[in-house]
Amino acid sequence: MDFGYSEEQVLFSNSLQKLLSDSYNVDVRRALVEDGPGYSEDVWKAFAEMGLLALPFPEDMGGLDGTSVDTMVVAIELGRHLALEPYVPTVVMAGGALKLAGTDAQKTDLIEKIISGDLKMAVALTEPGSRFDMADVTTRATADGDDYIISGSKSVVLGGDLADKIIVSARTSGDTHGEGGLTLFIVDADADGVSRETYALLDGRGGADIHFENVRVPASAVLGTLDQAWSVMEHVADQASAALCAESLGAFAKVNELTLEYLKVREQFGRPIGKFQVLQHHMADMVIEYEHAQSLVCQSSMLADSVDAVERGKAVSSTKVYLGEGGHKSCQSAIQMHGGIGMTAEYELGDFVKRMAISEVLFGDVDHHLVRFGKLSYLD
Amino acid sequence: MDLNYSAEDEAFRQEVRTFLEEKFPKDIGDKTRAGKRYSNIDNGRWQAALYENGWDVPSWPVEHGGTNWTPVQADIFDEECFAVGAPRMVPFGTRLVGPVIINFGSDAQKKKYLPAIRNGDHFWCQGFSEPGAGSDLASLKTRAVLDGDEWVVNGQKTWTSSAQYANWIFCLVRTNTEVKNQEGISFLLIDMATPGVTVRPIVLISGEAPVNEVFLEDVRVPKENLVGEVDMGWTYAKFLLGNERTGIAGVGAGKADLVELKRIARVERKNGKPMIEDPLFQARLARLEIDLKALELTNMRMLSEVGDGNPGAFASMLKIRGSELQQRFSELQMEATGAYALPWQQGPLEADWNGKAVGPDHAAPRAPLYYDRRKTTIYGGSTEVQKNIITKALLGL
Repeated sequence: MDFGYSEEQVLFSNSLQKLLSDSYNVDVRRALVEDGPGYSEDVWKAFAEMGLLALPFPEDMGGLDGTSVDTMVVAIELGRHLALEPYVPTVVMAGGALKLAGTDAQKTDLIEKIISGDLKMAVALTEPGSRFDMADVTTRATADGDDYIISGSKSVVLGGDLADKIIVSARTSGDTHGEGGLTLFIVDADADGVSRETYALLDGRGGADIHFENVRVPASAVLGTLDQAWSVMEHVADQASAALCAESLGAFAKVNELTLEYLKVREQFGRPIGKFQVLQHHMADMVIEYEHAQSLVCQSSMLADSVDAVERGKAVSSTKVYLGEGGHKSCQSAIQMHGGIGMTAEYELGDFVKRMAISEVLFGDVDHHLVRFGKLSYLD
Repeated sequence: MDLNYSAEDEAFRQEVRTFLEEKFPKDIGDKTRAGKRYSNIDNGRWQAALYENGWDVPSWPVEHGGTNWTPVQADIFDEECFAVGAPRMVPFGTRLVGPVIINFGSDAQKKKYLPAIRNGDHFWCQGFSEPGAGSDLASLKTRAVLDGDEWVVNGQKTWTSSAQYANWIFCLVRTNTEVKNQEGISFLLIDMATPGVTVRPIVLISGEAPVNEVFLEDVRVPKENLVGEVDMGWTYAKFLLGNERTGIAGVGAGKADLVELKRIARVERKNGKPMIEDPLFQARLARLEIDLKALELTNMRMLSEVGDGNPGAFASMLKIRGSELQQRFSELQMEATGAYALPWQQGPLEADWNGKAVGPDHAAPRAPLYYDRRKTTIYGGSTEVQKNIITKALLGL
């Protein structure tokens, strides 16, 4: 049993920390969000140079053959430094879907471009009326000769604003609701009939609602097996959730650091406010939440690659529930203990708090994952 | 990173399982599962089985009978014991006073007390808390004054677990009133048969009387029963309290609680279906199970990262979370039982009871256990004291 990083992971983590500390500060980040383009192309290229974009892919495709634990190591730093780049949608999600279901031709065509930093992707799985249920799909793909015609809408797609290509789920058979009859398609973002409403999310990263109106794609755009995309969709969402939870953990560490520091330096009634026991105990609660969240993040990252959907699903849902509740509560405590300064946009605390909110909600909130954990655990 | 147990650890787990299968008295496990109370004889039978296998004092140095288990192995042992319903080993001799004598006692003390702890001749209890000294333990007032070759002890101890069975008590006593509280305390071993020692049970809200008041009136204790040096008792007490590496989190106990909770939830019905299929109940059960997993993993992190070192704030975190979980399990077990948790039934908890209990089999122990578990966030350093410890290290203020 070993919860530590390998030597390689330590080196990787350190060089990523250095890159992000050198490239980002609060002003740089805010300018990228406010004045566009919502991320740094230089940082994205630097990711490519250091091999970050090659991490999960097999060596014979130019990848580094990394595991989901390696992804965790990266994601923790992305969260800690509030990096804006679309790493999770492109590398973790689209990369994951291609690895799991892609044909050789699709892999050759796309993975090489992801690795070189020339292709950004997003995966669109949820719809305006489906909440977090990825099996509730009204988007339809109808066969037309050798082609498919796709129509429907996808909601709050992380990285959907920047994606050159979109992997989208659509119903190819069956009713609106059901795990069967779903198929994934790879669609060019600028294909005829694709339109995007883009926006910044709470934390400044980009997202989009994406509309497909009679979008014609060839049969070669099908990713994986027709009508049987569910297991891939579920696996990709789990990998994304595991990565977002790791991001959240990185941000959580900063929330705790900022709060702890503030308790030492802020003086009221003639002493540092950290002398007051009520605040000490709130702080202790935040540390306890963080340590237990870290343990679960390790476990879900460990299992995110697993094909055992039950064990993987339980681990990921556990982490989502735990961080969703404990992280959420800790963020509220952090703002409370900072007092007025915690309310200001200028101070950075709010940025970390908002980063954690993204991880809390995307791919299912606490209630969603409590129900999922229950189904996986208590129903025969 | 690898969260699996090593092959060696798995082999050890198998060895423990085989031992438990062959040697653990099954009727004691039945009592545990039925929520019945143990007798002191049960504890003795279990300890004897461990003694015969050389596993009664695993944490002691090998020359005194220890096993040299790694922290992970010690944890596996605990977990497997809970899984078969073994009672938690009464810790006072083996885990508490034993290590103090080994580390700070004289050769004569080691020779006299250590074998007696192991063979069951001496059954210990702990005289630390006093009516006026709870969380602020160092303010204790029980006085020991040297008179020739004997200490004369006067005072009162309270919350003394197992004092009704014990024949020896280790006490913190004040030997110096001229110095700071912590600097005037000594560690004294007292034979409970000495004139002047009186034990009075305290009935708790659980209906049970597991703790006692111990009155000490002009109790004359041989000078050589003082451990280590005079006035150094606080140091030994801190060593004793910080000596626990395993079992702080109570993961094994939690897993057994979870099994029982699910069993109850399959028997109890709501809206014509088993309780375990009720979405609201499932959500509460899921939260508990997730928190238990987080605790288990964090406990493993402590064991693998800290090893034999000082677990520091980790230990406090595990104590806080572990004790809260024990309470929540007993709470949900009680709630799942519904109105049948309300009849106050003490009889069915006794091993030799032959009557008919009100309600389902699992009903009688629920409320007593729920109320009994309120103690877990109070004893062994209350939750509040543990939080003070955590932030003291972090804030350095």
